[in-house]
Amino acid sequence: MKNYSTTILANHEIAPGYFRMKLLAPGIKAQAHPGQFIMIRPQTGLPTMLRRPFGILRCGFLPPECDGLPEREYLEILYKVVGKGTTFLSELHAGDRAEVLGPLGRGFDLGPIGTEKILVGGGIGLVPLYLLAETLIERGDKVRLLIGGRTRDDILCVTEFERLGVETCVSTDDGSLGEAGFVTNVLKRKLDKYPQAEVFACGPMPMLAAVAHICSIDHVPLQVSLEAHMACGVGACLGCVVKGAGHSDSNPRYLCTCKAGPVFSAGELDWGRMESQGESCTKGCA
Amino acid sequence: MTNVNSKRPNLAVEIAGIKLKNPVMPASGTFGYGEEYAPYLDLNSLGAIVTKGLSLNPKAGNPTPRIAETTSGMLNAIGLQNVGIDAFVQSKVPYYRGINTPIIANFFGNTLEEYGEVARKLNDVPEVTAVELNISCPNVKQGGIVFGTEASAAAQVVALVRKALGKPLIVKLTPNVTDITIIARAVEEAGADAISCINTITGMAIDIRTRQPKIANRTGGLSGPAIRPVAVRMTHQVVQAVKIPVIGIGGIMCAEDALEFLIAGATAVQVGTANFIDPAAMIAVIEGLERFLIEEGLDDIRQVIGSLKV
Repeated sequence: MKNYSTTILANHEIAPGYFRMKLLAPGIKAQAHPGQFIMIRPQTGLPTMLRRPFGILRCGFLPPECDGLPEREYLEILYKVVGKGTTFLSELHAGDRAEVLGPLGRGFDLGPIGTEKILVGGGIGLVPLYLLAETLIERGDKVRLLIGGRTRDDILCVTEFERLGVETCVSTDDGSLGEAGFVTNVLKRKLDKYPQAEVFACGPMPMLAAVAHICSIDHVPLQVSLEAHMACGVGACLGCVVKGAGHSDSNPRYLCTCKAGPVFSAGELDWGRMESQGESCTKGCA
Repeated sequence: MTNVNSKRPNLAVEIAGIKLKNPVMPASGTFGYGEEYAPYLDLNSLGAIVTKGLSLNPKAGNPTPRIAETTSGMLNAIGLQNVGIDAFVQSKVPYYRGINTPIIANFFGNTLEEYGEVARKLNDVPEVTAVELNISCPNVKQGGIVFGTEASAAAQVVALVRKALGKPLIVKLTPNVTDITIIARAVEEAGADAISCINTITGMAIDIRTRQPKIANRTGGLSGPAIRPVAVRMTHQVVQAVKIPVIGIGGIMCAEDALEFLIAGATAVQVGTANFIDPAAMIAVIEGLERFLIEEGLDDIRQVIGSLKV
């Protein structure tokens, strides 16, 4: 079930500009590793041509429609409306059809069981962190989520993480929810308290670069999930590359976000060049 | 009861002595080295596999962003990123030993010497059935003029590769020329066994907020359904101009699109951008061709090829 047509079960706006879509996805729970993504394309009427990549937010089972029928397995994505493709997606309804390719890419390396795990999400960047948190908690890890956004409208799904048993810390740039300031300030404090922690981050590129900087100083293991414009999602078009560690103009080194990533160990990437690259780089805003 | 499916239509075609079980193959650069798509379709059901463009040395490609979607198409400036011919032979070719369809290696060079050297290397790889020569590259030794935009330069590189090669030679033409038939005739005379047309059309897209080009290279190659009428027109022109077989390329998304090229006289087609949208797109094209023949009461795809009425 890697390339299939399916039915949209729900598609709702959960915060201004943020939508949550549920799709029928038989077998997804067994296939999807935290941090992987899918490519989606509505089946009809699409004004755009290429599929769009979305991080998998969560997987689950719906009760059967009636006795005797099997449970229906679904996946959920959470996306921000940023262009023609996502605008069209946001206008779809339950019952509409979509084409799904995936799960794709390399997800998170979960690391040793029992160690402290700190998840850092910026805005829509929290999407791949839910499945990660769920999996880590199931294993018995202690999971903390630091979530940052520009305003309270950009802070999503906090109670869902808390229901898993994740300790959450919210910060907003404008102080409209939680602590005022960047999520990286919270990260610094947490790392002082839990120096043995591993960090998993997804969010805008400047945030990821700041997280990478903090983690490199403290020698804390860090994995980041990146977003890129993609055409194929399977490593063929080479359109979604990111600069790898040791990249230089004379010795260019590009890695496919779709295949080598979207999750990278921080040491695999060239952070020197990352800060200047693009603004918003989080799962779900293609 | 009559069984209408008792005899399946014959989709086989032949190009430069290569027997293809059907006329559908991927366009270079849209299908990786083939292996990437193995989870999504049976590679053996394709007419052929065309590899990503290979060069003498590995090529890292262009800075990002490299792609941008446009209306019914996309721009790309990947920069011909590839592993290089030696790594291809070492790490990609062994996979082809288990594949039962012709392998067409696409390649390019920055100088005549590079073209010649890659051709010699490919000639020694038994798994490679034929080569497709990309002449849409600038000749760095001659002020960067694109080989494929000038008849004598195109003929020169084709003749050189022809000498180095004992395999079928397909030459892929750029559409970014005043008259593609002049180039087509030049490469035919220089020894090409077949012509692929067209490569991408140079285009540009601008982000109106940042005032920057949408791809870092400023310009890129436009592909997808947006270019199909141009590609059909050029295929038609080239078919009229040469005697060697032509492979039609440009924005084929379904069997109906492929049929336009075949009716215009193309012996086979390449599917490009559609592979990105649906990894199994070529299977749908092949099945659609078969269905069309049945609907039309035909039993051989060759009855369709060149059947244009004007």
